[in-house]
Amino acid sequence: MVEKTLEKSWEQLNQLLESYRCTKGSMIPVLQQAQEIFGYLPKDVLIKISKELDVAISQVFGVVTFYSQFHLEPRGKNIIRSCQGTACHVRGAKAVLDAIRERLGLKDGQITTPDNEFTIETVACIGACGLAPCLMINDDTHGRLTAESVAPMIDKYYNNKK
Amino acid sequence: MAIKSLEDLRKIKNESQLQTKARKNNDTQVIVGMGTCGIAAGAREVMAAVLEELSKRGLNNVAVLQTGCIGMCQKEPLLDIVRPGEDRVTYGPVYPADVPRIIADHLVNGIIVEDLVVAKIPNKE
Amino acid sequence: MALVRAHILICTGTGCTASGAKDVLAKFEQELKAKKLWDEVSVVETGCHGFCEAGPLVIIYPEGTFYTRVKVEDVAEIVDEHILKGRVVSRLLFKEPMTSQKVPNYSDIAFYKKQHRLVLGNCGHINPDSIEEYIGAEGYEGLAKAVLTMTPEQVVEEMKKTGLRGRGGGGFPTGMKWMFCAKSPGPKKYVICNADEGDPGAFMDRSLLEGDPHAILEGMAICAYAIGADEGYIYCRAEYPLAIKRLKQAITQAEEAGLLGKNIFGKDFSFTLHIKEGAGAFVCGEETALMASIEGGRGMPRPRPPFPAVKGLWDKPTNINNVETFANVPYIFRVGAEEYAKLGTEKSKGTKVFALTGKINNTGLAEVPMGISMREIIFDIGGGIMDGKKFKAVQIGGPSGGCIPEQLLDTPVDYDSLIAAGAMMGSGGLVVMDEGTCMVDVAKFFLNFTQSESCGKCTPCREGTKRMLEMLIDITEGRGKEGDIEKLERLAKSIKAGALCALGQTAPNPVLSTLRYFRDEYEAHIYEKRCPANVCTAFIGYKITDKCVGCGLCKTVCPVDAISGEPKGKHTIDPEKCIKCGACMVKCPFKAIIRG
Repeated sequence: MVEKTLEKSWEQLNQLLESYRCTKGSMIPVLQQAQEIFGYLPKDVLIKISKELDVAISQVFGVVTFYSQFHLEPRGKNIIRSCQGTACHVRGAKAVLDAIRERLGLKDGQITTPDNEFTIETVACIGACGLAPCLMINDDTHGRLTAESVAPMIDKYYNNKK
Repeated sequence: MAIKSLEDLRKIKNESQLQTKARKNNDTQVIVGMGTCGIAAGAREVMAAVLEELSKRGLNNVAVLQTGCIGMCQKEPLLDIVRPGEDRVTYGPVYPADVPRIIADHLVNGIIVEDLVVAKIPNKE
Repeated sequence: MALVRAHILICTGTGCTASGAKDVLAKFEQELKAKKLWDEVSVVETGCHGFCEAGPLVIIYPEGTFYTRVKVEDVAEIVDEHILKGRVVSRLLFKEPMTSQKVPNYSDIAFYKKQHRLVLGNCGHINPDSIEEYIGAEGYEGLAKAVLTMTPEQVVEEMKKTGLRGRGGGGFPTGMKWMFCAKSPGPKKYVICNADEGDPGAFMDRSLLEGDPHAILEGMAICAYAIGADEGYIYCRAEYPLAIKRLKQAITQAEEAGLLGKNIFGKDFSFTLHIKEGAGAFVCGEETALMASIEGGRGMPRPRPPFPAVKGLWDKPTNINNVETFANVPYIFRVGAEEYAKLGTEKSKGTKVFALTGKINNTGLAEVPMGISMREIIFDIGGGIMDGKKFKAVQIGGPSGGCIPEQLLDTPVDYDSLIAAGAMMGSGGLVVMDEGTCMVDVAKFFLNFTQSESCGKCTPCREGTKRMLEMLIDITEGRGKEGDIEKLERLAKSIKAGALCALGQTAPNPVLSTLRYFRDEYEAHIYEKRCPANVCTAFIGYKITDKCVGCGLCKTVCPVDAISGEPKGKHTIDPEKCIKCGACMVKCPFKAIIRG
């Protein structure tokens, strides 16, 4: 089963590269879509992209590590983006973040739960400052959070196993 | 819908404004009494008739509003016409068949349909 | 086409959606259909009204009734009472924070009353997914006027006459920028819209892109005509999925209508537009870094000159403006430069959109004429400080800007007065801080941001911001030494002078401006080892007051067993064991635990 989906992913990658052949400035969109397909950017994929786009692997690696959007490690099924922007900061985003980490049982430095259900990362601003403190879980934005209200909210996503 | 000239653009603008006109405050108003008694007496049908007549005549600069019970339940359904600078006139009972006459005579031409009038509220200006 | 008697406008911008607007929308549809009102009432999804705090927002026309914080459970009542019987549901009306008075009408709310909504005029009032509604609001008339009745040179001249200055932060005159690019020779030129709104605390661009995407397209097309470009890019943050969706939709519609693409208005003028999604790097808001990112590389700035107007994207002449700048353009060409220039002050024309956030009652977007005072924005529009606390300062311009203290609240808000006050317009984020905010902590926060977003290309920014941050961390954690303030100032000046791009040159601003107005707070941290605002954990402790009833909740939540006490008796905290995590204070149902 796993092998089959992986095979399919590689097929999708080939199609993707085909559609971008001869388009200048295509590295970032290709990487973005490749990450959509695989969930992260494994080494083999980067090598493949470097060959097909005719760009040195070091350059591909340079771009991947420059932007915070790209990931070299597998990530959880649900991505929590906790906003630590100015407006959220002054309204207590730190306490919210701590509450989430505690709920997920993450140790210092850990960002993904061992069962691969959640990855948590901090972002500078998601543009929902009127509702500070706020965060995004996958593509849903949640606002007016408190340290107490986040835990039940996260649990909802636990139950919603994809 | 290829737009090739200013005229094409204006045409779409005018069509679109017909639809969004109701989002502006209009001075000319039709107000239907929509209290429980009004609805029981048939105010919903009157409202439907008002909308139909307005759209038939292309009158899009009229606000259609509802109001609650004004305590004159025996005269329901009640319908008010407000024209800028004139007295507010309350009609009742109004049935769907009366609506075209009220709109044509009063709303468009300013002639009050005296036989249906319940009350007039003097204009304050 | 049946006449529609009422319009229910539901905001589905990011803020309101986060508060549940989509469910409210679905419920309205269900209720209206069940009550057979669906044909006479129209339900419209709109973009952001800039008043996210009060969302989900529902406005009902023709009355213009403004309902706030509407929940799914409220929908049936609104339909029954308002739509059917014409009675306003007063419990959902907006309540003025200063007077506690309920305000039924949209246009009477103080938050909107003092505003001059010219750029945001369509946001929340038209359906952003409908090009017809945009055209109905006189959209694309500016483009028609420019392309059909003016030469490109005249368009540039008209822009110069408006006195419009770039809204992204720099404040460079837009007309001049267009002229430089128009004068650059070459058959191939580009127009770029910078929608990489990275300043934490600013969201006017998101609101514009979501609420009125066609205005950006029209502004860019007018610019393309003026400078002779035939291709353009909108570089938008990937964190704004809704904005990207609406832009894509708008581009497709405009192409179908012939307002983008080949031979626009039957003239020899073609313009195609692409969207590029940013990949999460603050520095890409800098124009040369942004272009490097579109080209597919690391988004790092390069020295200027050559300016993008001469050598920009793929080395071709390029004009880059910010979202809000482009959003001004259609209006300018509809009413003319002279009319536009009547608004604002002598050197700052037009309006500016500010994002009001922080410890303020009405958070949201406020568009005001240039020259209005900061006090009017914060107290009249923003409704004052939350929980009746005292105002301390407002940070303007994000991590590149500075703070404005109480005594300067009457400063007129325009480009030059703000610079004189040691701040800058920036993108227009206003973060309001009250007496409970520590200014050293705020400076540390911003420096932490710029330090981690520094691209690393030039040394002053890469190393300098790191060293400054280390010093600030020391100060806030009780290791501050005599001479630190002077060292900070010296380093700040070197970074300002030596950094390659605007990100680095402005990075020390928050430190310099807090030092200018709140030097005493730095000194208290360093010499007296205390934090006047009780924020920095190194200097504070937690205490249990007599409000304690002995419920024991704090005891169970304390991670280090620092709390002791008998059930139903007053508990105490052992300051030796306490790690100052604050968990007990959050947990206490009786607010018996205080900092200090």
